[in-house]
Amino acid sequence: MLKQTEGSHAVAEAVALCRPEVICAYPISPQTHIVEGLGEMVKAGEVANCEFINVESEFAAMSVAIGSSATGARTYTATASQGLLFMVEAVFNASGLGLPIVMTVANRAIGAPINIWNDHSDSLSQRDCGWIQLFAETNQEALDLHIQAFKLAEEVSLPVMVCMDGFILTHAYERVDVPTQEQVDAFLPPYEPRQVLDPTQPVSIGAMVGPEAFSEVRYLAHAKQMQALERIPQLAEQFKEVFGRDSGGLTHSYLTDDAETIVVAMGSVLGTIKDTVDEMRAAGDRIGVLGITSYRPFPIDNVRAALQNAQRVVVLEKSLAVGIGGILSTDVRMAMSGLQLHGHTVVAGLGGRAITRKSLRALFAQAARGELGHLTFLDLDWNVVNKQLERERTTRRSGPAAESMLRDVGVIAARIG
Amino acid sequence: MFQVRIHGRGGQGVVTAAEMLSIAAFEEGRHAQAFPSFGSERTGAPVVAFCRIADKEIRLREPIMEPDALIIQDPTLLYQVDVFSGLKKGGYILINTTRSFDELGLGDFVRDWPKERLCTVPATDLSRQHVGRPMPNVPLLAGFAAASGVIQLESVINAIRTKFPEKIANSNIAAATAAYQFVLDEIANARQGEVAHA
Repeated sequence: MLKQTEGSHAVAEAVALCRPEVICAYPISPQTHIVEGLGEMVKAGEVANCEFINVESEFAAMSVAIGSSATGARTYTATASQGLLFMVEAVFNASGLGLPIVMTVANRAIGAPINIWNDHSDSLSQRDCGWIQLFAETNQEALDLHIQAFKLAEEVSLPVMVCMDGFILTHAYERVDVPTQEQVDAFLPPYEPRQVLDPTQPVSIGAMVGPEAFSEVRYLAHAKQMQALERIPQLAEQFKEVFGRDSGGLTHSYLTDDAETIVVAMGSVLGTIKDTVDEMRAAGDRIGVLGITSYRPFPIDNVRAALQNAQRVVVLEKSLAVGIGGILSTDVRMAMSGLQLHGHTVVAGLGGRAITRKSLRALFAQAARGELGHLTFLDLDWNVVNKQLERERTTRRSGPAAESMLRDVGVIAARIG
Repeated sequence: MFQVRIHGRGGQGVVTAAEMLSIAAFEEGRHAQAFPSFGSERTGAPVVAFCRIADKEIRLREPIMEPDALIIQDPTLLYQVDVFSGLKKGGYILINTTRSFDELGLGDFVRDWPKERLCTVPATDLSRQHVGRPMPNVPLLAGFAAASGVIQLESVINAIRTKFPEKIANSNIAAATAAYQFVLDEIANARQGEVAHA
């Protein structure tokens, strides 16, 4: 049914339709509305056979998720930012144990300095934690990816993060098509676990493994992600058969066939990029977009195939690998190895900085002219940066950097841009 | 695409107003996208929310920097925030006030504006009268419907029914209907004034 609703609420409805048996979560912005919504649905008896467990922290949330998933219960949680960092030890355990937990990450920056706004630092910090990571472009896709995530997780026995831009998607009201219970049931069968903690048939889960088999167990995790790489497009096809729309998959190409410049990105910024590309196409520029939906497993062959006829690639990412530049770019560069094309990394939208058509258009035009460097920080205020660098060069006790730079910016209440 | 920016203070239902506007547009079969400015909202702090309305899917995710219409829920913001930033020349301006544009010190700014696009609505008073609380958001939405015709009053009423339980919805519908008529009268007077001057 078509509805005009908040992204968080759409996701809560999707999760409820997946018949979860345990939901445990600790509130943190911008994820809170999702589990609040689910809490209300469980309390109202709208989610059959489901227990909502209030926990005391994110570490407890993931620990409870591990316990419940190991008993064979379909398990869901959600978090963001520092909350994800606080549960990290358990996050690695969930994937290492092969437990198909589904978790929404409402993407938000990581401190310090503290910042509640959107970028991709949180989930990308967990790049190598062994979870599958899927990125939603719209609220419709966020809703759809949760339904696909449970099926994928349970088929390959790996946990899945569904990543959606905090605030930009979670707090946006837009049109979504919420499927029926019959549709979801037709797509997602009941969970059939590979391993169950059951007192009547006792097993150990999580025993110590020494050098004799550790590599083999770890390799199996990689093998399962490679299986996921094959399953993700198939599940998107099945999804289309049942629900009648394109959602998920590994990558989405937009006007790339004859493109000289291809922009690569993840998440909701793809919409703004596509609008910018349409404007530039109308002016005769041969430019296209490659959206990455599956960040882990990384679809290296698809990315290579999509980029190989371009002359230059601009990876625009809401993340920063301090000391080298890009995180997503590093993977894209690997997919491009041996191809003769120019690669550019653009770090944009950190901590909620708006990414505008105006800035993108100037950036892409600069790239097309061959004037873009290897690493660019979009809309960086160099005056503020240089002033602080000068302060640190000339004064030993230069004080806390963030606070000094805020003063230099001269923060105005409720800035619009 | 029609873009609306709503300014107010935490606690005045600014975000709810943008969401309801998007629901009203959706009710008319259009695409709409509403989102807040994502600040650390707290009661009394300046808050901004946005709504885009279009006939096709809205992909754009940037804040609204060049609005077609401005709704200002708290006139004290005029002296604190650059509320008019990027407003299109001749765009709709609705301010929650019992004073005139001249009395607010905006006479020079809107000198060349079409008069029927300048609306002052006593939204807080109407809300107090009908709802019993100073919530200017709903009367201003109805005023926006009257001034712009971008959405119908009926759709605003449907959005009110979607958002609020029946009793609160009914009192808000009364406030909305009164504000709608107030703005219709205001525009009619402005047009008569222009004819008289001509």
